Amino acid sequence: MTTATVLPFLQAFLVGGLICVAAQLFLDLTRVNPAYVMVLFVCLGAVLSGLGLYGPLVEAGGAGATVPLPGFGHSLYQGIIQDVTENGLSGLLTGGLKATALGVTAAVLSGLVIAAVFNPKG
Amino acid sequence: MTATGKPGARNRVGRQTLRFPSRPVIISTGTAVGPREGQGPLGTGFDVVKKDTLFGEKSWEHAESHLLLEAAGAAVRKCGLTYADLDLMFAGDLLNQIVASSFAARELDVPFVGLYAACSTMAESLALSALFVDAGYAARALACSSSHHDSAERQYRYPTEFGAQRAPTSQWTVTGAGAAIVAAVGDGPVITHATLGRVLDFGIKDPNDMGSAMAPAAVQTILQHFQDTGFGPRDYDLVATGDLAEVGQSIAALLLKEAGLDLAGRYTDCGLLIYDRSNQDVQAGGSGCGCSAVVFCAHLMRRLLNRELGRLLLVSTGALLSPTTYQQGDSIPCIAHAVTVERAGPAPSPRGPCPAAGGGAMLR
Amino acid sequence: MLGKDRRGKARSAAGAIRRGGAGTGGAGRSGPGTVAEYAQLAESARRPRPLARNAAAAFLVGGLICAAGQGALAYWLSRGFAKDLAVGLTAATMVVLSAVLTGLGIYDAIGQFGGMGSAIPITGFANSIVSPALESKREGFILGVGAKMFTIAGPVIVYGLLTAVVMAVLRMALRT
Repeated sequence: MTTATVLPFLQAFLVGGLICVAAQLFLDLTRVNPAYVMVLFVCLGAVLSGLGLYGPLVEAGGAGATVPLPGFGHSLYQGIIQDVTENGLSGLLTGGLKATALGVTAAVLSGLVIAAVFNPKG
Repeated sequence: MTATGKPGARNRVGRQTLRFPSRPVIISTGTAVGPREGQGPLGTGFDVVKKDTLFGEKSWEHAESHLLLEAAGAAVRKCGLTYADLDLMFAGDLLNQIVASSFAARELDVPFVGLYAACSTMAESLALSALFVDAGYAARALACSSSHHDSAERQYRYPTEFGAQRAPTSQWTVTGAGAAIVAAVGDGPVITHATLGRVLDFGIKDPNDMGSAMAPAAVQTILQHFQDTGFGPRDYDLVATGDLAEVGQSIAALLLKEAGLDLAGRYTDCGLLIYDRSNQDVQAGGSGCGCSAVVFCAHLMRRLLNRELGRLLLVSTGALLSPTTYQQGDSIPCIAHAVTVERAGPAPSPRGPCPAAGGGAMLR
Repeated sequence: MLGKDRRGKARSAAGAIRRGGAGTGGAGRSGPGTVAEYAQLAESARRPRPLARNAAAAFLVGGLICAAGQGALAYWLSRGFAKDLAVGLTAATMVVLSAVLTGLGIYDAIGQFGGMGSAIPITGFANSIVSPALESKREGFILGVGAKMFTIAGPVIVYGLLTAVVMAVLRMALRT
């Protein structure tokens, strides 16, 4: 196992961990509902992406930046920009969901399958 | 010691307190709890300890009805009675439209009065049972209350498998049901007074810290009780609030002291008694209607029967919020009801003495 | 808060409790002064949240989940998928993993330990869809599972989309 193979994992661990620490500190200091923090972070991802700041984070952190919710916001924004570039203004409304369709559809279908197979344990 | 009544309300004492001259008797109690409560410090004292939280039922809501029926059944059985011997049933729980209680009552042929007082329901049901019995409208009344951690979680907070982190001030809703049979004649501790609470709101909005929200209501009911009755701290061996838990109890103790009532050494809280907070993951302590219900019906009743306690003031505390009011930005109005339960000597009873409450939990 | 400040606030609150009771009407609702003082008293009684411990747990859990995501990404790239598609497949992989852990009843324990470390990665998003779906199955698959699965994730999608669209419009406006 060389440094080259291990390094991306370390970077992902660090970047992902730090994003989560930021969210945790915010939650503990403001004591808001956790769902509010999730919404805030996805929006932050879209904002940072629009400002051109999230791309470099993805370069540095790989999955550490794409897996957390801000990465979802980043995908939404980048998807819109790409779709507008390729297909014109309608891309504003189609691009976001197009880019995140895999993850969202996977979540919906997983929800159905898991609900069919399992029961809540409390 | 007790003040005289007012014109038109001869058994009303002071502003909020009722007295029961005929001294209705708690002739039997029954309790049924989930595994976490069974593993707690009071675990061996419950009649029924379940191995899981669903009990083979099709939903949490049905499981809670099941628990209530087990507790009521234990109370009735231990006294050699049947449900036909009960004139009236008072019950309430935390669920919307108190369905756990109504669906349990559907299985019984007992006239049913549904109550909603959040976690203060046990004391409220005891007070109303004593009142009906004392006034001659029931020879035997069943006072009960229940809560279930999972049915409460999914209604008030999150789905049970959601990974939200619980705050240190939050409380764990007790999975448990307690039932007490209050009768005109029989052996057992007696209910001599009840202080019905007023709704108080000191502006706390955080549903993850209900102890802070409820403390003022508990203090108001306790202060009013002592003022109305003329009792002093030394007249009680124990004052037990329902579910203020760590945060609420420390605030209440401070408020009582600053109000001039020194209950040092005589004040505890059922939410702190039911779990071992150092190794059961329950944050500030227990909560729920079932909290004061099972702690009173098993543990405190046993202490009264063993003569460890002579007179007890049970002050169940409730937070009267809903998920809607919280989302609309409202603060949390709260209430506390109190009953005085006194150890009494044996009274003449056609059925003879009833077996002592509690002991020998049956694992199901 | 100093001991004597606490006692002062407690005395004031106790006074408010004693006073409201003469049938004055509206007595149950406290005035703004009482509310503010009581809020401070309540705050002083709360055990503070363990910031350092929570941050460390969030870092560990979040980091590990993202490292696992990196592993998934490396796998999909090695299978020859283009970068964007590989990122999407990684998201789907993490979603399915989280869904299974939620169904097994394990994810809530991970969440209690890791806090935002388990909520912020896309696994938390998936858990927020699967957990209400699972909880509502007793109300049926149409109005239970089908309707309720977006109770927590819905706002994430709604406001994420809104923000992304607004940012895109702003960017396009600034370019012209």
